[in-house]
Amino acid sequence: MATVAVMEVKAAGPLTTIQDRGRFGFGCYGVASSGALDSVAMRIANLLVDNPEEEAVLEITLPGFSATVLADTVIAVTGADLGWRQNDRPLRMWQAHRFQNGDAIAFRELNSGCRAYLSVGGGWEVPEIMGSKSTNLSSGFGGLGGRPLQKGDVLWAASPQLFLGAGGRMFDLNSVPAYRGCWQLRAVLGPQDDHFDAAAQDLFLNADYRVSPHSDRTGIRLLGAQISAKEDMAESILSEGVVAGTVQIPGDGQPIILLGETVSGGYRKIATVITADLHLLGQVLPDDHIRFQAVTMREARQALWRLEEIIGRFRDSLS
Amino acid sequence: MEHKQPKFRVMGDRSLLVELGDEISREVNRRVRMLYFSLIDCNLGGVVELIPSYAALLIVFDPLRISLAALKAGTLRLMETADPSRIPEPRIVRIPVVYGGEFGPDLPWLAETHQMTPNDVIRHHTATTYHVYMIGFTPGYPYMGEVPVEIATPRRDTPRTRVPQGSVGIAQRQTGIYPVASPGGWQIIGRTPVRLFDPTAWPPTPLEIGDAVNFYPIEMEAYGNWQP
Repeated sequence: MATVAVMEVKAAGPLTTIQDRGRFGFGCYGVASSGALDSVAMRIANLLVDNPEEEAVLEITLPGFSATVLADTVIAVTGADLGWRQNDRPLRMWQAHRFQNGDAIAFRELNSGCRAYLSVGGGWEVPEIMGSKSTNLSSGFGGLGGRPLQKGDVLWAASPQLFLGAGGRMFDLNSVPAYRGCWQLRAVLGPQDDHFDAAAQDLFLNADYRVSPHSDRTGIRLLGAQISAKEDMAESILSEGVVAGTVQIPGDGQPIILLGETVSGGYRKIATVITADLHLLGQVLPDDHIRFQAVTMREARQALWRLEEIIGRFRDSLS
Repeated sequence: MEHKQPKFRVMGDRSLLVELGDEISREVNRRVRMLYFSLIDCNLGGVVELIPSYAALLIVFDPLRISLAALKAGTLRLMETADPSRIPEPRIVRIPVVYGGEFGPDLPWLAETHQMTPNDVIRHHTATTYHVYMIGFTPGYPYMGEVPVEIATPRRDTPRTRVPQGSVGIAQRQTGIYPVASPGGWQIIGRTPVRLFDPTAWPPTPLEIGDAVNFYPIEMEAYGNWQP
């Protein structure tokens, strides 16, 4: 398989990293999963260019990224609408486009959402570390040298010329989730919901939270109704494993939704965002509003089936 | 306290916390370890990740492949039928440490607080065999106990923004090692040349839940020349 230089970074923007579905099975060693925060956008971006769904993509946070294309390739962008352009011409998102050597790519303005996902036919060539190409920023490994992309970086792909036939393929925009800035997140109560009395749980489920500017890939910090544990409870619990989407309540009572960069912690978790809504967390911006809606395990599983059905139908339509 | 029956707590629709107690206890932690290795051994379909901690095991699963009911039943059955002979023996790991000086900036203060000499602190810290309760916080970070009461010390009031790689710290009756430079609030008494996290190695960290750790003092020259 021939590896080809396909892109040179002109400007990296606020934060652009290589991410795939994530690194699983190493939590026992303290290694977090990392991975694309909006995994649905990542999977569709890959399907559009004929990659395996879990292949690595660029996760582009906010506008500012630009690059020069160095080889004939097919490229798709999904997720946040960051005003993406080919040679200064706006392009339809959620579609595979043909690019030629010398073309310019740019992300100019913030229209909706927070993170765009850029896939290339053949997939980005970086070494797999513990079974994944995802960048772990806090420990500095994975992706491209364990760091965000920088100006001058050259990115490689495996045999991109074999994927040109995907050019023009589209994902139905009616199936794209709306990134509106007011999020209703479905959550299952627990694991420590019993450490909060009924009044505190009600307060949490009726609150309109605002997203703090101090949010990043490790967590979404919320500002608003202050949630307290029952009075006889100690300040923290024994450190235990955590997953992305779990909502922890630290001492100041302001909830934090953990994302995929944490494996353990000693704060209580009042609720956990369901798997079918996790991808939305990747599109939340500072100052957005968040409300939580409690659902049952059954409702959570049905929501996941519906989401997987949308992706599955698209996968089936490709031949 | 050790729970007679495991307490199941769901963490969303794709993870199950199996709580076996609610305090730091070697016995509870040994049961967590036993369940952890039994689950690895039986290779239950649909299990994505296992994260053992002080008193609980977090089982992350694919809800489209295994039901919560099946996972709970499988866990209970394993706890009844687990064969201890299939559980690997804990390892005994010796870890060299340069105590004090620029590598252990909190050692003089810690000694003063406990009205002893720095050498007494080192003697207490090296005289104990520690139990690795869990790996967490950052990749490869071992939470170990118990630090002798004579030198148990609370965390620093103000955490450091950067604790260098290899730093050995104390927080109450726990001791730990920072595998990579990171922010941290533990009292730093020394530094080890042993690399606790290498993402390209297998396994990526030399310690695991249940291992026994002994520290021994080395001189600065030995730190520079230390070979794994």
